[in-house]
Amino acid sequence: MMFTSRLVINQYRYGFAKLFRGLCSPSGSSSTQTTVGSIDLKLDDLEEKPAFPGSRSKWTSTLSFIRSENYEGIPVYRVMDREGKIIETDGDPNLGQEMITKLYKGMTLLNTMDRVLYESQRQGRISFYMTSYGEEGTHFGSSAALRDDDLIFGQYREAGVLMWRGFKLDQFMSQCYGNIEDLGKGRQMPVHYGSRDLKFVTISSTLATQMPQAVGAAYFLKRQGTGRIVICYFGEGASSEGDAHAALNFAATLDCPIIFFCRNNGYAISTPTVEQYRGDGIAGRGPGYGMATLRVDGNDTLAVYKATAAARRIALEESKPVLIEAMTYRIGHHSTSDDSTAYRSVDEVRFWHQKDHPISRLRKYMEQRNWWNDESEKNWKEESKRQVMQAFVTAEKKAKPHVKEMFNDVYDEIPDHLTEQYESLMEHLKHYGEHYPLKKFQGMEDS
Amino acid sequence: MMNVFGRRILQLSKQLSSNLFVRNSTHFNYYPDTVAASEGETNRMNLFQAINNSLDLALTKNPNSFIFGEDVAFGGVFRCTIGLQDKHGKERVFNTPLCEQGIVGFGIGLAAAGGTAIAEIQFADYIFPAFDQILNEASKFRYRAGNQFDCGGLTIRAPCGAVGHGALYHSQMVEAFFAHIPGIKIVIPRGPIQAKGLLTSCIEDNNPCIFFEPKILYRTAVEQVPVKEYKIPLSKAEVIVEGDDVTLIGWGTQVHVLHEVCQMAQDSLNVSCELIDLQTISPWDRETVLNSVKKTGRVLVAHEAPLTGGFGAEITATIQQECFLHLEAPVTRVAGFDTPFPHIYEPFYIPDKWRCLHALKKLINY
Repeated sequence: MMFTSRLVINQYRYGFAKLFRGLCSPSGSSSTQTTVGSIDLKLDDLEEKPAFPGSRSKWTSTLSFIRSENYEGIPVYRVMDREGKIIETDGDPNLGQEMITKLYKGMTLLNTMDRVLYESQRQGRISFYMTSYGEEGTHFGSSAALRDDDLIFGQYREAGVLMWRGFKLDQFMSQCYGNIEDLGKGRQMPVHYGSRDLKFVTISSTLATQMPQAVGAAYFLKRQGTGRIVICYFGEGASSEGDAHAALNFAATLDCPIIFFCRNNGYAISTPTVEQYRGDGIAGRGPGYGMATLRVDGNDTLAVYKATAAARRIALEESKPVLIEAMTYRIGHHSTSDDSTAYRSVDEVRFWHQKDHPISRLRKYMEQRNWWNDESEKNWKEESKRQVMQAFVTAEKKAKPHVKEMFNDVYDEIPDHLTEQYESLMEHLKHYGEHYPLKKFQGMEDS
Repeated sequence: MMNVFGRRILQLSKQLSSNLFVRNSTHFNYYPDTVAASEGETNRMNLFQAINNSLDLALTKNPNSFIFGEDVAFGGVFRCTIGLQDKHGKERVFNTPLCEQGIVGFGIGLAAAGGTAIAEIQFADYIFPAFDQILNEASKFRYRAGNQFDCGGLTIRAPCGAVGHGALYHSQMVEAFFAHIPGIKIVIPRGPIQAKGLLTSCIEDNNPCIFFEPKILYRTAVEQVPVKEYKIPLSKAEVIVEGDDVTLIGWGTQVHVLHEVCQMAQDSLNVSCELIDLQTISPWDRETVLNSVKKTGRVLVAHEAPLTGGFGAEITATIQQECFLHLEAPVTRVAGFDTPFPHIYEPFYIPDKWRCLHALKKLINY
């Protein structure tokens, strides 16, 4: 029904536009001009170029399909090789000893936290965990290139981004334990971090949903004109979701200052990329959406830094979206609920762990400049482990929030029916409290 | 409110609609509402004009508010956004690509960053591609973040309900799917006065809201609407007709069907009906409904959506639990049948006044 009416209305509308143009033209209507849809064309061009409003291409009389296998993939940008050597003499971003050391310490601290929390899940002390093994370079390299108030939307494997922003070990641990210090009030599964102060939007499990949201936020930040942009992280598996398509297309048509940062680590749980897509990865899609696109070596922290810094300039100065695909490898299991040896070889994992790891590569870069050595490595390992264990023990001892928090924040104010449901639960606990873990929850012992 | 160009388009589209659309049936008579003289100056508006007016006031009042969706820039396929882009600029009233999940996701993000997002889904029938963004994201945004982030600035508008010839995908009432989602508000007006006040409340409410607009009322519902900005509170039902014998509960167009049933019952059966417009589906006004039922002892709930799993079931179960000792007959539901919404059979499908009256007679004689 609407197809018919819209078509007819559109004809009237374009008719009006034409008439309006004719009336406004100072020299009267030009005989060599015509309007097709919203595009003005010179009549002389009509034979030379197609007039279809949907594209800007030329005619061809050769019948030839575009075939992606006829093209080489988009190259992988890197700054240093696997030995930490700068490839092009002017390629080094020269971030300086202090900054590089901070990056390195962050990556290794995340690595240490991952080990402790992974083990704690194995021991049943937290319910779930996801490590970042092998992808530390993408986190720290990219976040270091952002402004502190740029807004971040993530998937779930971006803890390093949050760590770079200043999220404390205590805060990570509190979220995983769902204790009274957890900013999320213990409502979400572990690793679903978020921080309003650090401009890191709270993680949710639903894949790719954050992508069109990040675009909407970028549109608003552009309107605010405060020089902030948005970065949105996601995996190559999430890129198959409809929301990824929505986001890339909206960002392009609405000119949003956003960096789409794809972590292509080769797997979505057990699914290898060959079962995820047949094009040239995720970067191969960028030009199709009309978007500046770059593929970068995700294990090269310096290349990731430079790529993100350059993307940020495009996003801000041109108010346009940019797509970065960071090629990397998921060294750890997908999560604590996954045993990845069921679908990939140990040798494959070993290669990436030993031969092409973002942490060891940055360490080699530092050692070549005498900024790091075995002794500083040993000292930092001990120090970082001490910090992590201290935060771990503290978080574990803390109580969980009051059960009332289960009913809070569903709406801005608790509606009457939820108040009644809360009261009915409290009434129930008066009679059956001994069957519930009341002691673990703050202020619930008397229920 | 509307510029000359807008009026011309409106005239054209009116002519077109009368030429192109053969309305199979108009299954109800519209009962215009009135406002007190104290509400100030009024203007004659139909439903789409009242919505346009509410949107215009929202954009004028709040520079951080935005309207977007499919074809909203030229005024919308139902004319609800006509003139708004000219007045408020292309940056604030704009077309999106044709992708509902993108529209809602975009709106959530815009709201989460601090803006006021007024998203349009062209037909409620096409809101389901965005179901995930509404169910898993918008409704849970504040809760899961421990109130660090929220998307309370989001309002989603969508035309809904029977239109005479809309068949499967231009007729649906989908409120019950959304009533099962904690964290969002669902609102359906019955006419221009309510539409303007309720929509303004949705836009300013600090929770994500879905505002379903009964599209058959866009042009048929005309009344004198206050010119000033005003709000009608959410989660408040309205008793439109007071009565003692039976409580009739509906929302949207169905309120007008029930209004006629009230009169038929009074005239032909000498039965006094109390008519309630629920207005907000979620969270709904249990107090007003339960007080009425305690007085009358008999209830009829009617909605266009299919019976099974319809929102009538929720109301019925609550009444049964809270008013058990007051009930003198089983709570009765008159609804669409448990089929897809059909094209040529629409007159037989909808819960029209005759089906409602028939059910009412049984209820009285129980």
